Amino acid sequence: MKNYIKYMALSAVLLTACEAELDNPIEDGGVYTIGEADFSNYIAVGNSLTSGYADGALYISGQQNSFPKILAGQFALAGGGEFTQPLVDDNTGGLLAGGTQIQPNRFVLALDADGNPEPVRLEGTATTDITNVLSGPFNNMGVPGAKSFHLVAPGYGNIAGVATGASNPYFVRFASATDATVIRDAAAQNPTFFSLWIGNNDILSFATSGGTGVDQTGNLDPSTYGANDITDPNVFASVYNSEIQALTASATGGVVFNIPDVTSIPFFTTVPFNAIPLDATTAAGVNQAYAQYNGALALYATAGVITTEERDARTINFQEGQNAVVIEDETLTTLPNPAGGTLPNIRQATAADLLLLTTSSKLGTLADPGNPSSVIGVGVALGDADVLIPEEQTLIATAQASYNATIQGLAQANGLAFVDSRAILNQLADTGISFDAGTLTSTFATGGAFSLDGVHPTPRGYAYLANQAIDAINTTYGSTIPKVNIGSYGTVNISN
Amino acid sequence: MKRVLVTSLFLLASAITFAGGYRVGLQGQRALAMGHTGVAYVNSAELAFFNPAGLVFLENKINASAGGFGVFSSVAWQNEGTGQYAQTDSPMSTPFYLYGSYALNENLSLGLAVYTPYGSTVEWPTDWAGSHLVNNIELAAIFIQPLVSFKISDKFSVGGGPIFVTGNVNFNRNANRFLTDLEGNRSNVTIDDSGVTNWGYSVGAMFKVTEDFTLGANYRSEIILDSKDGTATFANFPNDSGAPITVGTTTIPSNGTTGFTASLPLPAELTVGGSYSKDKWVVNFDYTRTFWDVYEDLDIVFSNGQESINPRNYKNSSIYKVGFGYSASERIMLRAGYYFDESPVRSGYFAPETPRNDSNGFTAGLSYVISDSFAIDASFLYVRFKEINESYDYVDDGSSFGGAYKSSAFVPGIGLTYKL
Repeated sequence: MKNYIKYMALSAVLLTACEAELDNPIEDGGVYTIGEADFSNYIAVGNSLTSGYADGALYISGQQNSFPKILAGQFALAGGGEFTQPLVDDNTGGLLAGGTQIQPNRFVLALDADGNPEPVRLEGTATTDITNVLSGPFNNMGVPGAKSFHLVAPGYGNIAGVATGASNPYFVRFASATDATVIRDAAAQNPTFFSLWIGNNDILSFATSGGTGVDQTGNLDPSTYGANDITDPNVFASVYNSEIQALTASATGGVVFNIPDVTSIPFFTTVPFNAIPLDATTAAGVNQAYAQYNGALALYATAGVITTEERDARTINFQEGQNAVVIEDETLTTLPNPAGGTLPNIRQATAADLLLLTTSSKLGTLADPGNPSSVIGVGVALGDADVLIPEEQTLIATAQASYNATIQGLAQANGLAFVDSRAILNQLADTGISFDAGTLTSTFATGGAFSLDGVHPTPRGYAYLANQAIDAINTTYGSTIPKVNIGSYGTVNISN
Repeated sequence: MKRVLVTSLFLLASAITFAGGYRVGLQGQRALAMGHTGVAYVNSAELAFFNPAGLVFLENKINASAGGFGVFSSVAWQNEGTGQYAQTDSPMSTPFYLYGSYALNENLSLGLAVYTPYGSTVEWPTDWAGSHLVNNIELAAIFIQPLVSFKISDKFSVGGGPIFVTGNVNFNRNANRFLTDLEGNRSNVTIDDSGVTNWGYSVGAMFKVTEDFTLGANYRSEIILDSKDGTATFANFPNDSGAPITVGTTTIPSNGTTGFTASLPLPAELTVGGSYSKDKWVVNFDYTRTFWDVYEDLDIVFSNGQESINPRNYKNSSIYKVGFGYSASERIMLRAGYYFDESPVRSGYFAPETPRNDSNGFTAGLSYVISDSFAIDASFLYVRFKEINESYDYVDDGSSFGGAYKSSAFVPGIGLTYKL
């Protein structure tokens, strides 16, 4: 019987020792190497793309799938520490300031009356109030809306400036003080590794405003810029360099991202220039309504007031089938109207014009509900704020090329990992990127890469960017951080 | 005696029998302690399972065996390509058995057997990397079988009886690799059914070649459990409308409860073997063939129009078993054994709800005779699996789920043998 007791005791010992264990468990560390980098304190600096913003809002599950959060999850396999984020209070999105909503709720995909999916703002009450300041610091210092020079602007997190646009409601939530700057709050955490993706809004706000802002190239004082202006490339280079210096003061390494083309973003590529279907009768009727305008143009061309090219570009002609949208173009010659006043500066769009995603809900509707001939895009032109015309695109591309040269040059000079997000987004837009359950593309709502605001990625899109960052980091620093499986990350959210 | 016991524990580790798939080979303390052999071993009422033909050769008029096991199993998984890892936290499962035989006369015995040869309890962390295949599963089936054992001659007997099976299943997994509701909770489906019944049978034959040497064969039929009356619960889908919605090529079912149908085969098994006794020693050899090829797929068809098609494509597999017994004293019988258990899972079909590769089972145990009628039986099984890199390549989105798996199981058991 004594032996029997001994047997039972042995059994108990074996029981506790018999958990299955792999030969080389990832959990115990040691599978992945860090190379020359030190991921123990990773700080992410940037704009909405760093914060995890998606679907036109910042909400918790979006933040949990931010590219820095995904990166940090992989860094954690090689000595990376905890990664904190200034999480908002809900998955509704939207911001309140003292109880008043100042940022709208997120978009979700809902079925309309005919069963077709369309993006709508999620109903519900936003609960994140910016007067509730979080106690930081946070590893994720992404501030939606921030431009390059905002990161070094004292008071960008001062709630007093939110109403006038002098400060940023998202930074208000976690700025260390009212006169804090984003970059100082980041550098004060002594990052061992950082990411910096900034400069997108320096052109993007101009682009999403339909080019209604001003190209400030030549103006070196950003405090005089309007919200939708293009930042001077020298201002960009100067502040970008100072941000890199602030972060590399403590960091062993970092990863930087360049600025993608606006033409790779569904916000600018989804609505076609010829979005107007007409039958022959309606087309003839519309042409009749534009006969006077067309006749005046012909007269001015004959008289040499405008070129024949401008006449041809401006002559309105609708046919049976798909027709180009009528748009306002402020670069056209202002002409007196023989009937009094001036002729409208309008023409039909071409494939070179980019119609903003926001026009999809108004094209074809009546500007004046009582007037059946006021169809927007036909009888009533889309406004300047609805379209990026080629001249505006050129301004954007010129500034962007200069920013990108700065980013890549400073990355090289400082030995930083560089992510060519411009090339990545172009590839998504052109051919898509295949993964283990399909192809990720830029197609709005269904392509998988972009969220329902048409500008910001989905979790799967962010995961793909994180993987590209991991590739760049491993190449630059000789580390072996593993990539994530993007098929495990979600796309657009449906609500029904 | 003490030295012998400790040595056997360390050298042979100890044993429990786990067969591949969801077969749980734990049908008697004495058999398990000897490598789960017993098709030709005339010793106790455990024959009711291993070979009912042998019941008529038992010396006593009334024989009974009862017992249970605590199965402690765990599986570790990792994927070095992505850095993901997980480990099961499965609760102890408790297979049991109850056998009895009664000799009507010298040539005819009747018997009854209740046992649990199939089951699976696997609990992965909720929302783990493979949650689109399984979060947790619990399968159990109880076999109830009246038996008759008939001696044709002094050397030859046959036996068998109909089997009534009642089973239950509870299975939860996520809808796919990413779908959530608006709060970020993963969309998932739970199927639940109990009291799924069907009938089968087993038959056996035994041949006493000499006084010391016996041969046996036993066949247990395939039994298909068709689940028709269970419930399927869809939860955390971004659809509360009560009807499925279709967006592009994706159909999203509504949250709520619906019905489902599914079939789970409990495969047929053929065992042949021999037993040799000499002086204080017994040696058993058994070979078992399990006809797993019946398990082609696990298809769940939901009443709301959704379906889940999961190819399994199992292959028939073998178990090679050997066991030893030694009468250490009047009261103590020591046992030890070993078996090699082939996995029925083909490469590329390695799904984490039954992550079984080939295994080696080491068994040991003893019987302690308390009185003329009663003995206590104890056994221990340790199942050793090799680490294996495997994948399931038939996920419905076209992807593959795999990595390195390592399983382990150990099973202490205790039981009682009665004879009169």
